[in-house]
Amino acid sequence: MTKFSARRYSFAFLIPGGIIYFIFYLLPTVLSLFFSMTRWTLTDWEYIGFQNYVTFFSETALSIGFRNTFVYAVVTCALKVILGLLLATFLTSNIVLKSYLRSIIFFPTLLSTIAVGIAFSMMMHPSQGIINTSLAAIGITGPDWLGNTKIALLSVALVDVWKGVGIATVIYIAGIMAISKEYYEALKIDGGGSWASFRHLTMPLSRPAMNSVIILAFIGGLRSFDLIWAMTKGGPGYTTDLVASIIYKQYQAGFYGLATAGNVILFILVSVLAFPLYRYLNKNEVQL
Amino acid sequence: MINRTRKYAVGAVAFLTTAVLFWVPFYFVIINSLKNKSESSELNMNWPSSFHLIENYREVLTASQNMLIRAFWNSALLTVLSVLILILVSAMAGFVLQRRAGGRGTATINFLILAGLMIPPAIVPTIWVLDALSLFKTLLGITLIEVALHFSFCVILYQSFVATLPREIDESAFIDGSGGLRLFFTIIFPLLKPVTSTIIILESISVFNDFVNPLYFFPGGDNVTVQLTLYNFMSMFTTSWNLLFANILLISIPPLILFLFFNKRIVEGMTSGALKG
Repeated sequence: MTKFSARRYSFAFLIPGGIIYFIFYLLPTVLSLFFSMTRWTLTDWEYIGFQNYVTFFSETALSIGFRNTFVYAVVTCALKVILGLLLATFLTSNIVLKSYLRSIIFFPTLLSTIAVGIAFSMMMHPSQGIINTSLAAIGITGPDWLGNTKIALLSVALVDVWKGVGIATVIYIAGIMAISKEYYEALKIDGGGSWASFRHLTMPLSRPAMNSVIILAFIGGLRSFDLIWAMTKGGPGYTTDLVASIIYKQYQAGFYGLATAGNVILFILVSVLAFPLYRYLNKNEVQL
Repeated sequence: MINRTRKYAVGAVAFLTTAVLFWVPFYFVIINSLKNKSESSELNMNWPSSFHLIENYREVLTASQNMLIRAFWNSALLTVLSVLILILVSAMAGFVLQRRAGGRGTATINFLILAGLMIPPAIVPTIWVLDALSLFKTLLGITLIEVALHFSFCVILYQSFVATLPREIDESAFIDGSGGLRLFFTIIFPLLKPVTSTIIILESISVFNDFVNPLYFFPGGDNVTVQLTLYNFMSMFTTSWNLLFANILLISIPPLILFLFFNKRIVEGMTSGALKG
């Protein structure tokens, strides 16, 4: 491209969107670095250095969010990556009702997260909920899904997977459909069965799709807020609090500096975990 | 023959699984939205002894001075405005960024845009900025927030689509004497229709279903959006599950309609966008 022709495409086209993006996203993100080091009332601030961060990590009620967020992101991401691949393999094979099954799996992703959260917390009611009454009918005593401190976070994670696995599946389906049919035919001629074609063709060749799923699901998990808020509000106690729900609680309580520090921590968490992951996955993709 | 039997058996099992996993929750919400207060509080799936369709839905729509109706209006306005602005600004940005790809400055801009997909927005500083511009708690304010936060995703979608349009189109338009603006609006923008319609569907659903941003940036009784009605109604309806379920169903109707009509398009858009993004 010559310099002349590039100049015909004026950067002025970026201005309308760029201004909105700058003022309402980039600027607050940069400002958060400063405000996270203040005691802040929106009208007035007092610089207190790293005090907010120290508070964040020294109080269990706050630092637990750090661990929970990581666990939540890893669990939801892993389940979506695995289930999505299995579902997509199934849904690209020779089965009846294919388009119905594809649609129904995708459908929950279009529903309101809050509505899904409320409906599932009703169904997970320990004594009356339909999940435990159904389990009781076949002789199993179901746990208190959202009230048991050991499993509450996992219960919410499962609902997250129920709602979000459709996106993973659709991405995988696109990836698998892009694989040339000839490979499968060649493998069949060589005497490979369906396991061999999954293991040696579908799995390695859907890697680009898998990378997209990993990144999307992992970042989504780290930033997750609405589902946990609709289902447990961080309870029982604060055992299911995520960084995002802690930010909201501190904001509600008027600790704006502390809430902003929470934001910066989330920001660092994403940068430290997701950016290297993204690079690593992209690098491997090139080698394939 | 065995193969065919197996095929149908697998299909039947798959259908039954979806029935348990997807239809049962849906049925649970519908049937309970039709019960009276005490029956719905049992949270079971029994058939109601009497139906309260009109009564329940009327009550949920008129509660708190028609809060839900006001919320529908606010959400509709917010969705339409955000999506319109989003399309206009991100199509322009995506076009120029793709055409200048590799040039000076574009790498930095692309990095800043990619960051928007990953880094969560800083909430209180955003409120501070909104407040300084007198946009806090206004429809325009929340609209601009939605645009800013969905900008990255849409720009990337447009960028990858523009790459499929040959540069010769632009060149012949330049030779015919059109400037950048005319080229874009009369020739390029209409060609972007497939990706524009994908964005209309995906972004309408995502803005309409957004809970977090209205919660922070659009508080106040008159400002309520549909997702917040559930939340605002919760304490009030703790003993009226029937009304809460009716509310859940009502706010699920718009996405449901979009899904029924544009199912295929949504899936296509998802795949093309996510794979390239």
